Amino acid sequence: MTANRLAESLLALSQQEELADLPKDYLLSESEDEGDNDGERKHQKLLEAISSLDGKNRRKLAERSEASLKVSEFSVSSEGSGEKLVLADLLEPVKTSSSLATVKKQLSRVKSKKTVELPLNKEEIERIHREVAFNKTAQVLSKWDPVVLKNRQAEQLVFPLEKEEPAIAPIEHVLSGWKARTPLEQEIFNLLHKNKQPVTDPLLTPVEKASLRAMSLEEAKMRRAELQRARALQSYYEAKARREKKIKSKKYHKVVKKGKAKKALKEFEQLQKVNPTVALEEMEKIENARMMERMSLKHQNSGKWAKSKAIMAKYDLEARQAMQEQLSKNKELTQKLQVASESEEEEGGTEDVEELLVPDVVNEVQMNADGPNPWMLRSCTSDTKEAATQEDPEQLPELAAHEVSASGAEERPVAEEEILLREFEERQSLRKRSELNQDAEPASSQETKDSSSQEVLSELRALSQKLKEKHQSRKQKASSEGTVPQVQREEPAPEEEEPLLLQRPERVQTLEELEELGKEDCFQNKELPRPLLEGQQSERTPNNRPDAPKEKKEKEQLINLQNFLTTQSPSVRSLAVPTIIEELEDEEERNHRQMIKEAFAGDDVIRDFLKEKREAVEASKPKDVDLTLPGWGEWGGVGLKPSAKKRRQFLIKAPEGPPRKDKNLPNVIINEKRNIHAAAHQVQVLPFPFTHHWQFERTIQTPIGSTWNTQRAFQKLTTPKVVTKPGHIIKPIKAEDVGYQSSSRSDLPVIQRNPKRITTRHNKEEKL
Amino acid sequence: METAPKPGKDVPPKKDKLQTKRKKPRRYWEEETVPTTAGASPGPPRNKKNRELRPQRPKNAHILKKSRISKKPQVPKKPREWKNPESQSGLSGAQDPFPGPAPVPVEVGQKFCRIDKSRKLPHSKAKTRSRLEVAEAEEEETSIKAARSELLLAEEPGFLEGEDGEDTAKICQADIVEAVDIASAAKHFDLNLRQFGPYRLNYSRTGRHLAFGGRRGHVAALDWVTKKLMCEINVMEAVRDIRFLHSEALLAVAQNRWLHIYDNQGIELHCIRRCDRVTRLEFLPFHFLLATASETGFLTYLDVSVGKIVAALNARAGRLDVMSQNPYNAVIHLGHSNGTVSLWSPAMKEPLAKILCHRGGVRAVAVDSTGTYMATSGLDHQLKIFDLRGTYQPLSTRTLPHGAGHLAFSQRGLLVAGMGDVVNIWAGQGKASPPSLEQPYLTHRLSGPVHGLQFCPFEDVLGVGHTGGITSMLVPGASEPNFDGLESNPYRSRKQRQEWEVKALLEKVPAELICLDPRALAEVDVISLEQGKKEQIERLGYDPQAKAPFQPKPKQKGRSSTASLVKRKRKVMDEEHRDKVRQSLQQQHHKEAKAKPTGARPSALDRFVR
Repeated sequence: MTANRLAESLLALSQQEELADLPKDYLLSESEDEGDNDGERKHQKLLEAISSLDGKNRRKLAERSEASLKVSEFSVSSEGSGEKLVLADLLEPVKTSSSLATVKKQLSRVKSKKTVELPLNKEEIERIHREVAFNKTAQVLSKWDPVVLKNRQAEQLVFPLEKEEPAIAPIEHVLSGWKARTPLEQEIFNLLHKNKQPVTDPLLTPVEKASLRAMSLEEAKMRRAELQRARALQSYYEAKARREKKIKSKKYHKVVKKGKAKKALKEFEQLQKVNPTVALEEMEKIENARMMERMSLKHQNSGKWAKSKAIMAKYDLEARQAMQEQLSKNKELTQKLQVASESEEEEGGTEDVEELLVPDVVNEVQMNADGPNPWMLRSCTSDTKEAATQEDPEQLPELAAHEVSASGAEERPVAEEEILLREFEERQSLRKRSELNQDAEPASSQETKDSSSQEVLSELRALSQKLKEKHQSRKQKASSEGTVPQVQREEPAPEEEEPLLLQRPERVQTLEELEELGKEDCFQNKELPRPLLEGQQSERTPNNRPDAPKEKKEKEQLINLQNFLTTQSPSVRSLAVPTIIEELEDEEERNHRQMIKEAFAGDDVIRDFLKEKREAVEASKPKDVDLTLPGWGEWGGVGLKPSAKKRRQFLIKAPEGPPRKDKNLPNVIINEKRNIHAAAHQVQVLPFPFTHHWQFERTIQTPIGSTWNTQRAFQKLTTPKVVTKPGHIIKPIKAEDVGYQSSSRSDLPVIQRNPKRITTRHNKEEKL
Repeated sequence: METAPKPGKDVPPKKDKLQTKRKKPRRYWEEETVPTTAGASPGPPRNKKNRELRPQRPKNAHILKKSRISKKPQVPKKPREWKNPESQSGLSGAQDPFPGPAPVPVEVGQKFCRIDKSRKLPHSKAKTRSRLEVAEAEEEETSIKAARSELLLAEEPGFLEGEDGEDTAKICQADIVEAVDIASAAKHFDLNLRQFGPYRLNYSRTGRHLAFGGRRGHVAALDWVTKKLMCEINVMEAVRDIRFLHSEALLAVAQNRWLHIYDNQGIELHCIRRCDRVTRLEFLPFHFLLATASETGFLTYLDVSVGKIVAALNARAGRLDVMSQNPYNAVIHLGHSNGTVSLWSPAMKEPLAKILCHRGGVRAVAVDSTGTYMATSGLDHQLKIFDLRGTYQPLSTRTLPHGAGHLAFSQRGLLVAGMGDVVNIWAGQGKASPPSLEQPYLTHRLSGPVHGLQFCPFEDVLGVGHTGGITSMLVPGASEPNFDGLESNPYRSRKQRQEWEVKALLEKVPAELICLDPRALAEVDVISLEQGKKEQIERLGYDPQAKAPFQPKPKQKGRSSTASLVKRKRKVMDEEHRDKVRQSLQQQHHKEAKAKPTGARPSALDRFVR
């Protein structure tokens, strides 16, 4: 602040000095002038420097008011003004006039336009171009997608793609040159003739042929295109209508409405001339509109806007005019058309004139007064009735409370009463209002009563509500209590039944418990039949079934094996007994067996086999890797073993492989080694669309060779994917071949925009 | 030769009826409404035992009726096949009462379906699904076509049926020969060749030619139907086994020291010294492999198309003299003296499987044509039939009075066992069932102990080589009545044979593909697939097929705050975790459900049990 002041004082000083210097200056010679000028500039600079010490409120230099010779050659001295020249200022005349307003607006618009941005650099422009071009081309090419997909999925493609339809000679042409010769043929033809069957007649009747020919593929396509076009147009129209409907400009809608009304009038006039009956109907419509207008308060200066205008009307000519306009419109709309009698119209007109510029509330009352409108009457009476019914229950407490609060209520000022009244009014329905208005004038004393009673009433209401609530809550409680005991009462009954069913007091909560439950049940259920079953099973399992118990240890296995090999199998009693043994009696047979047993007593086949199996199992087990280094990190030497802990630490346990196939087969050793040579012939890489080898296996499970298939099936299974006819030119697909129509119509945008060059290129790619 | 009728059984001979039926091709002019034609037709005369042919017609008609009934419900099932019936009406406007192609019974079509639909596939994308659908549609179409072409298999297998509980085993060859037509009767013959010891024999794959070799060096090949001798030589050496190669033009003979190959004129083509002291020969027709089992314990595979030894495997079980092949998967079964049967493939140095079958040594092994059953007989006098479909457990066991030394299966699953000088044949209920060892179907006694057995393909004939020569006996219903003319045509000419040879060579299956499950080729090699995946991940440093971790989408209006992003991520993570837990729980449930002992089905009365 101090600096500021300082600067100001300085400036004032310098100005004084200047003023003092001025007469001197005039006297000075030109040579001196220069030096003086210099000094002055310096001074100016100093001043500037000082003033710029405080950046905030730099003082604008004084404006130069008079022409001076000292025009600096280095700068246009607009610096004095300190503000920029605005274009509009130049236009501004001394006195404001409305005619220049539009030009001003235009100027401001020009000013608001921003400067053109710098063009992007070349690469970016190219990138954008590329992107746009790509999108366009992709869209153009997307129509080929279904075609490509179809061709890919086709079992067989035969090129060239377009096929000439084989010309089927109608049978009558074939038959015309043929005659029945053999007796059998003649007989057959005789029969046919007798039964009036067609012999050389065309297979198809002319009607059928015509119907076949009625719509060729081309025509159908054309028709479809037309339909599509119509649909597109319709959709465009709909879109337009929707858009227009959304426009919020009132002016626009006004214009549209006006236009419509004019049009309607014109049409009506025309109709009157042409078709009076229809015109009558139209008339009715117009009459309806009139009635609506009469009912509504739209143009009766009753709205917010109208009220504000009414206030302004006294002083503002325009506002007055606007109001007049409104009313005239109302008049125009409510005017009866030719049918109405002139006298009535006149009356209405006079009334209207009378009512001009009168607030509508009064209007209403008047209408109520003089127009005994039965509808209105009825509504009034009903309103009163309703009010009465509404008030009746309230009045009883009112009366009681009246004596208590009367004294206090009378003391209140009238204004307060009015406010209360308003509140009351708000609470009651709108229709009641008029009635109250009427009531208010005769009985002002009652108003006070009303108001006071109203207060009490509200209080009472609140109280009663509370009471009600309490009561309700109590009731609810009671009811809930009532229900609870009921439920409780009901509960024991199922509990009584429960023991019979489950004997489980606590609820089953987890899955496991459920399972247990199920098990228990099962057990209980099956306890009785089980022993029986076991007995049956034991009976059933014959001695020569070694595989019945599967999870047993080796000893059992051995026994099992023994069983399996030494079972007494029934011997065959054959008719033809070999000659050598024919003489053998039973005893001798037994002897023979003994002999055999003795002969094989030495080599215990079973033990050997089990040993072999054990070895095989051991050999096939994956081996653990021991990485302990003896002597590493501890004492080493002869006779010293690495500690057990260390060995455990460095022992890599091999993962346990899948169970052996012969795990449960005591008499079998199955080699678990992989056949590498066979695996070389198997598929080792899953082909593309498959994600699991089961899926692929399913597709190669059916053999395609002629050994396993019939000739036809074999041929079908081995058809080549692509067949080309030798000597035929394979042309690229055209849009017409596939069913697209290349036309220049705008409603088929894809095709229209599609340059042919692109499609052909695409086709080539596809072929490749 | 004839069996003596048992004195205890006093069955009136009139009731005994033999019913042999060589199915004649039905001609279109023959109507089923004329059963009298069969009776009137000059059939074989009644024999002295009052045995007669049962008229065939009623049975035939019954079958036809049945088939028509079976067709009826199928009609609505294939409406797709009907191609606009309007176009079917001809000039006269008459309608075809049976429009469209003939309907195919579902069960017949099912027989040719190869896709295992029981396995549930993981969720697949739309593209994959379309491929799967295409594959399934193709399969259905081809199976229907195959089922429809079954109509072309006109021949029916013959059978022998005893009437009123009569034992068919009592029927001897002479009765059968008398009952059948002359052409069939000519197929029963005996070759008395007592000079050159017990004979081994082998039929060619077409069933037209027979080669036999006697222990004492007699080798001969003949067209046994016309009895035209192709060659007869004496190799002046002990002959252990004899076998036709892929065609009847080549003949492999396992002689005392080496393996020799002759052509059909008896000219020695090769002497393969790498196969020495061969005891048994087997030829794998689709792989062109000659498998030889030697006294030295080696199983050698010789590729006859290129003349190379594919594999020489040491069985480490001593002398090998029991061998047979599994026609389904070309696995060689060797029987050992320690009671085990081992299964071999040339691709593996060790046996594919070892089965302990008998207490004593194994004397004979045979596998049926579908590769489902294996019959073994051992020194413990037992005959067992094993199931080869993964379990390797005996299905039925019988003790024979004098164990069977030779076993053979026929094309339709009949089992023959040679016990001393007696041959017993067992039959099953149907084609797919194992032969039931309760009652023999046929028995026959030969003039000497059996040394070689084989059913002739496509003929109801069993060839038996024994010390007294060769016997060809009739066994109704033994073999497949319909032959594949492109595969093994008994009536083919020389040109056809040459053409077939070229085609067969082109379709030769590599030897290393022999394994227990021949359909393994239609499976993906999962191990190397996973290996490849692992390597790729290592190479790239990330898993390209891994599901990208959830990245919450950026949202506007302040909903993309860090906290909310974290919250969203957490939500997704929790959902995934919950899914996992749910799955594992389900698996547990499944396991428990499986583990639960399945008792009797719960009955409605269980609720009253206290």
